[in-house]
Amino acid sequence: MALGRTTTLDIRTPDGITFSMPLAGPITRFFAWVIDFLIFIAVSRAIGLLAVFGSIVSTDLAFAVQLLLDLVIGVGYSMFLEWIWNGQTVGKRVMKLRVVDEGGRGLSGGQVVVRNLLRAIDMLPLFYGVGGMFHVLTARCQRLGDLAAGTIVVRRIDVGSPDVDELLAGKFNSFRDHPVIEARLRQRVSPEEAKICLSALLRRNELEPDTRLDVYRRLADHFRSLVEFPESATFGLTDEQYLRNTAESLFRKRPTGKLAKRKAMPEAVASAEA
Amino acid sequence: MILDLESFITRERPFWDELEALLKRGSLVTRGDSEESLTRIRRFHYLYKRSAADLAKLQTFASEPELRQYLEDLIAQAYTRLHGNAETSGKLRPLHWFFHVYPRAFRRHAAAFWLSFWISIAGALFGAFVISQDTDNKLRLLPGQFGHLIQSPTERVKAEEANAFSPEQKEHRAQFSAQLMNNNIRVAINAMAFGILFGIFTVVLLFYNGIVLGLVGYEYIADGQSEFLAAWLLPHGVPELTAIFMGGQCGLILARAVIGWGTNLTMRDRFRAIRDDLVVLVIGFCVLLVWAGIIESYLSQTHEPAIPYSLKIAFGLVELVVMVAYLYMSGRGDETPDEEDQSLAINNGRAASTTPRYS
Repeated sequence: MALGRTTTLDIRTPDGITFSMPLAGPITRFFAWVIDFLIFIAVSRAIGLLAVFGSIVSTDLAFAVQLLLDLVIGVGYSMFLEWIWNGQTVGKRVMKLRVVDEGGRGLSGGQVVVRNLLRAIDMLPLFYGVGGMFHVLTARCQRLGDLAAGTIVVRRIDVGSPDVDELLAGKFNSFRDHPVIEARLRQRVSPEEAKICLSALLRRNELEPDTRLDVYRRLADHFRSLVEFPESATFGLTDEQYLRNTAESLFRKRPTGKLAKRKAMPEAVASAEA
Repeated sequence: MILDLESFITRERPFWDELEALLKRGSLVTRGDSEESLTRIRRFHYLYKRSAADLAKLQTFASEPELRQYLEDLIAQAYTRLHGNAETSGKLRPLHWFFHVYPRAFRRHAAAFWLSFWISIAGALFGAFVISQDTDNKLRLLPGQFGHLIQSPTERVKAEEANAFSPEQKEHRAQFSAQLMNNNIRVAINAMAFGILFGIFTVVLLFYNGIVLGLVGYEYIADGQSEFLAAWLLPHGVPELTAIFMGGQCGLILARAVIGWGTNLTMRDRFRAIRDDLVVLVIGFCVLLVWAGIIESYLSQTHEPAIPYSLKIAFGLVELVVMVAYLYMSGRGDETPDEEDQSLAINNGRAASTTPRYS
């Protein structure tokens, strides 16, 4: 492994906005290539069939055109699609991958051409042996073509929502009776703290009983210090139940109004609008 | 700070939807309607800024990790689209490219071309020496695809001239031509691509190509078939060998960028500095190889008495003169200071800058 290896490309825009793009792993990239390869084979076969029909007119010309189209598609398939689809081929679309510049910017024509021409070397000796080796060894998971073109391959993550209903184990969340305090809690808890709270609950059975009690007590105390619910809402709650209520309040999907396109939005927002 | 997440989402959601819809468009530019394009680009920029600001607000908010992820993804896509790496004029100018861009790119890296040329010549001399010592070396060194060269030159010339008007000669010309283009373009691309491995295999490929040329050339000259050799090789050899040397030239440019010899740029900047020229040269040698494939199939393989050798040799020489004049004279004198600046970037230790792009 290369020193300083990273799994995300973190970008800070001139406006001060930060976001990250997760880098694609070798397996997803390989599957994307397999899909593209199968498409190439299918198209190549189709051209072969057309050449057979074309040979009725002229065998020589039909097979000459077949040879040239094979060359053009073999060399140009990825170049063409990555250029018009902003860094994606069919395989990459299916696997939710995208080629971008190392700075997260769009690709130039030069970058598209160079990264695809160097595929000839990355594919050696078989199944992207050289490219795969460099992918593992380089800090930004780049094959040789990516290094020369200054590109990386990023992926989109489908965020799965935690099953917060299960967290409550059928019990009522007494915090729900105090929506204003709940809203204050959501504002005061940082994303990291929320993640820790959820993770501690989800990994309940992995913790030793004594450790669990200690961790839950410290976490519950921390959240109690951020906002204060009235006694009627916290009376008789154990530390664990307090944390479960907190997590449910933080991650619960909230309705927001009219129904909208679920496909275009993540589950959390789409269901909130239902 | 977001006081009411629900109303925040309800209020901002239409803007995110609009941005997403624009991202799904192939291009923000409508050809022939610059006003509409400009309006759309401005709107895109506004939506990007607004959504980015929403993301900044959400980043301090604990809940809705999925919403943050969604917005991050949206902003990442918009950022990628907004900050491109290419200057696109939106107009293809093939003639300008042919008469200005390509020959200039060639001249900027002429040293690499000549190095590629001399490596091949060294291979040719070695090939000639090897066959002069033992003619059986031809069988050991010639690749399978040159099986038709196994017979002696005199025998081949006789056979070719006897069949000069044979209809079989014309049977598979288009297919042969396509095969030549296919094979030669792949060889030239490999010569270029191997440059990334410090240029070692580029040099080996050029040297071996030279050996084959030397073997064949020496044998024909020694057998008294110089005229046939020149008439056979010159018409297609001028563009084909120039293109193969250009493939080697690209490989050596790439190798220099990998090694970093003579520059204090980082590797990333070295690659950036040569990238556009590489693409121009690759397109150029592909065009040359298409031309070479047509000439080899339709002219080079036609011999006396169908076509006089003198005519074929004259054609090859004219090609050579035009090629040299084109590569060294075309587009000369009208380089802009910016272009000069960019071309010298790698030598002077800085990379050409990138500019935003709207597509």
